[in-house]
Amino acid sequence: MLGYILRRLLATIPVLGIVAVLVFLMLRLTPGDPAAVIAGDNATTAQIEAIRAKLGLDQPIITQFGIWAGNLLHGNLGESFFFKKTIGELILGRIEPTLSLAFATMLIAVCVAIPLGVLAAYKHGSWIDRVVMGFSVLGFSVPVFVIGYLLIYVFAITLGWFPVQGYQPISGGFGGFIQRLILPAVTLSVIYIALIARMTRASVLEVLSEDYIRTARAKGQVESKILFRHALKNAAVPIVTVVGIGIALLIGGVVVTESVFAIPGLGRLTVDAVLARDYPTIQAVILLFSVVYVAINLGIDLAYCLFDPRIKY
Amino acid sequence: MMSRWKIITAAAALLAGSSVLSGGFSAQAQTLKVVMHSDVKIVDPIWTTAYIVRNHGYMIYDTLFALDEKGDVKPQMVDTYTESPDKLTYKFTLRDGLLWHDGKPVTAEDCVASIKRWAARDPIGQKLMSFVDAMAIDDAKSFTVKLKSPTGLLIFGLGKPSSNVPFMMPKRVAETDPNTQISEFIGSGPFVLKTDEWKPGDKIVYTKFKDYKPRAEPASGLAGGKVAKLDRIEWLAISDQQQAVNALLAGEIDMIEQPSFDLIPLLKSDKSIKLIDYNPLGLQYTLRPNHTIKPFDNPKIRQALTYALNQKDFLEAVVGNPDYYKTCKAMFICGSPLATEAGMDGLLESNFKKSQELLKEAGYDGTPVVLLHSTDLQSLTNLAPVAKQLMEKGGFKVDMQSSDWQSVVARRVRKTPVAEGGWNAMLTAWVSADVLNPVMAGFFNASCDKAAFGWPCDEQMEKLRDDFARETDPAKQKAIVEAVQMRWREVVTHVHLGQYTVPIATRPNISGILTAAAPVFWNVEKK
Repeated sequence: MLGYILRRLLATIPVLGIVAVLVFLMLRLTPGDPAAVIAGDNATTAQIEAIRAKLGLDQPIITQFGIWAGNLLHGNLGESFFFKKTIGELILGRIEPTLSLAFATMLIAVCVAIPLGVLAAYKHGSWIDRVVMGFSVLGFSVPVFVIGYLLIYVFAITLGWFPVQGYQPISGGFGGFIQRLILPAVTLSVIYIALIARMTRASVLEVLSEDYIRTARAKGQVESKILFRHALKNAAVPIVTVVGIGIALLIGGVVVTESVFAIPGLGRLTVDAVLARDYPTIQAVILLFSVVYVAINLGIDLAYCLFDPRIKY
Repeated sequence: MMSRWKIITAAAALLAGSSVLSGGFSAQAQTLKVVMHSDVKIVDPIWTTAYIVRNHGYMIYDTLFALDEKGDVKPQMVDTYTESPDKLTYKFTLRDGLLWHDGKPVTAEDCVASIKRWAARDPIGQKLMSFVDAMAIDDAKSFTVKLKSPTGLLIFGLGKPSSNVPFMMPKRVAETDPNTQISEFIGSGPFVLKTDEWKPGDKIVYTKFKDYKPRAEPASGLAGGKVAKLDRIEWLAISDQQQAVNALLAGEIDMIEQPSFDLIPLLKSDKSIKLIDYNPLGLQYTLRPNHTIKPFDNPKIRQALTYALNQKDFLEAVVGNPDYYKTCKAMFICGSPLATEAGMDGLLESNFKKSQELLKEAGYDGTPVVLLHSTDLQSLTNLAPVAKQLMEKGGFKVDMQSSDWQSVVARRVRKTPVAEGGWNAMLTAWVSADVLNPVMAGFFNASCDKAAFGWPCDEQMEKLRDDFARETDPAKQKAIVEAVQMRWREVVTHVHLGQYTVPIATRPNISGILTAAAPVFWNVEKK
C-alpha cells in the first residue's frame, strides 16, 4: 500500500509539470495585457511598454517561464501584478472560505443524498422514487445561480433568516459563520444531492437484486440493516467515486456560488485574476486546484480498499 | 410537544440571534459599509488611472489644491500662495499641522517629490512640466515653482480632480519609479488605510485619521474642510449588482456607489432607499477611431462618423432613463465653464445621407470597420451594437468583434493591421472631470505616437492645445476651446456620445454626501 501511495505521489510530479506548462502557455496565448490594464486610458505606448518591462512581460516567453518555474521550485509562487501582495498571502487568505463552503456543501449533499437514494431504491417504482428522481433531474437542470437567487429571495429577503451575502470567518463567531454559510452551501449542494442520490439509487437497486440480499431477508434480517449494512456497503464503490468526482467538480461550483454570495474564496480570486489578467495569481491557483484534484483522486482510490477488501494495491 | 416546523423556526431564530450577538451582519454605529463600482486591486493612484484607485486616493491622501462644488480651484493643503507679476514664479506655503498617518509632518520636500512622480504619468502633469524651469524647496513648509513661460496649467493641474490626481505622498514613497507600484500606503488625508484588514476581493477598510486638521471652510466639492464624521468605512467587494441591491434593501450595507441602471427602478420603488445625484457633470460616452490604419486614416471617413452617429440612441440603449442622461454637443461637458457648441452644426444628428456622401467622396472601398465590443461591463455593453447599426445606415460596413473588457483594453493598444489583431474603433466612457479642457482630455492629444491609443496626428490641434496651456485668461481660453472644436470637426480625434450620471443609492440614515467630481466620504454621517 505504502509503495502504491509513493508511486502515485511521484506520478503527480509530471502531471503538475504538464499543468504548469499548459497554464503558462495558454495564458500567454489568450488575449490580454496586464500592462495596458494598469496604464489606463491616457497611457502612451511608451508608458505601457515601461510597465510591461517592470512586470517582466517584455521578456521572451521561455525566459518568463524559466523565472516562474525556478521560483516555484523554491516554493515562491510570486507576487500578484495588481494586489501588491504575494500569491501565498492571497491564497492563504482565501482558503478558509472555500474549504468551509466545500466541506459544508459535501456534508449536506452526502447526508441528504444517500438516504434519499437508498429510499428511492427501496421504494422503487413508487411515488417516493418518482419524487426523488424528479428532484434529481431538477437539481441537474437548474443553474446554481438561479437556485442561489431563489433561496436568497425566500430565506434572506422575505423571511430574513439569513444574510443576503458575505462570509464571516469562524474566528469571528460560530453562529455568524454558520449563518452565512448555510445558504451558499445549500445552493451548491443541490446539484450534488441530485448526482449522488441518482447514483446511490442505481447502485443500491442493483445490489438489492443480489442473492445475498434475498438470503438475508429469508433469514429474517430487519430491512434497515439489509439496506444500510448489506446493500449500501456493497454499493459504496460507485457512490464514493461520484462523491470524489463531486468534490473535484466543486472547484467549478464554488466560482459561481462565491460570486453570487460575495464569499471571498479561491473561486472569486480565480475570477478576479482572470478578468484582470493577473498571470501569476491564475497560474498559482490553477496549480493548486490541480494538486487538490490529484489528491482527491488518490483519496478515492484508497477509499475503495475500505469498502471492498478484495481491492488491493 | 413542539412541532418539527417550530423547532426549525426556533433554530433559525437562534442562529439569527447568535449572529447579532457576535457582531454578525448588523450594521455597527459609525461604520459605513459601501459597495463601490469595483474592488480595489491596486492602491497606487499614480500608477494607474482606474477610477476606483482615484477614489481610494481621496480617502487616504490629500491634495495641494482641489476643485470646489462650483468648479473653482481652491487651496487645500496649501495655506497661501503668491504669483509674481510676470506669472513666472509661484511660491506655495503649506498649512500648519499637516501630518502623515505615521505622525511625521508633511514637508515641502514631500510635495515636490509627489508632484514630480505625478507629472511623469499624467498628461496634464507632462504638459505642465514642459513649462516648469525649476522647483525649489524654500523651507520645511514652502516651495517655489519657476516657469519658463506663463501657463494656466499650474494651479489647475495641482487641483486636477480626476485620474491621475496629484495626491501628496511622503518623499520616500514619492521617489518610487512612476512605472512601479508603491509599497507603502501612507497619506495625510482624512482616513487611514487599514492594511492589516485589507483583503482584496473581500473588503478594504479605512478608519478616521484622528490627527487630521481640516480647513476651517465648510466642505465644498473636493475642497474645504474635510471633516471625517465616520469612525470606519468598509468598501465591500460585491461583484453581483443584484446582490448588492439585495444587501442594501436588507440593510446589510449602507450605500452603493453605482447601481446599474436596470436596477434603479427597483431601488426607487423602495421607500427606505435614497438616490443621490452627487456628480451632476457625470460621465461622457466616446467613440475612438484608430487614425493609423484604414479606413479611419482618412479624415473624411472619420467625418462621416460624426454625421452617422447621434447621442440619443446610445444614451437610450445604455441609460434608458432621461433623468440620468442628456444629449450635449459641447465636447468639454455641458454645465462646465468651457462648454460651447462651436463647430457642431449639423453633426451628431444621424444624417445618413451626408455620411454616405462623405464616404463616397473619400473613396471608401467597403473595408469592414472592426468595432470592438465589450460584453462584460454593463455601462458599455450596449454601445457597440448601436454604433454598428448607425454606422451601417451611414454607409459603413462594420465587423463588430465581441470580447471581455480587458481583451478590448489589451487590443486597443495594438497598432498592427486588423488582420494581425488591430482594430478600427472602440467605445469607452470618461468621467466628465477628466475632459474639462483640451489639455486634460486625453483623446484630444494629437501628437501621433505620443498620443493615447487611436494615435491621432495633427500639428494644428497640438498647437491649439499648447496655446490653451499657455493661456491664463479664462475668456481667451474659451476662444481657444472654440477653435479646438472647429479643428476637431476636420480631424475628428474622437466622437462624444452624450453625458450621463449615475446616482448613489443609500439608506435614509446616511447624510452629508457632497456634490463632487468623485465620491468622497468626509462630511458623510450615519445616524
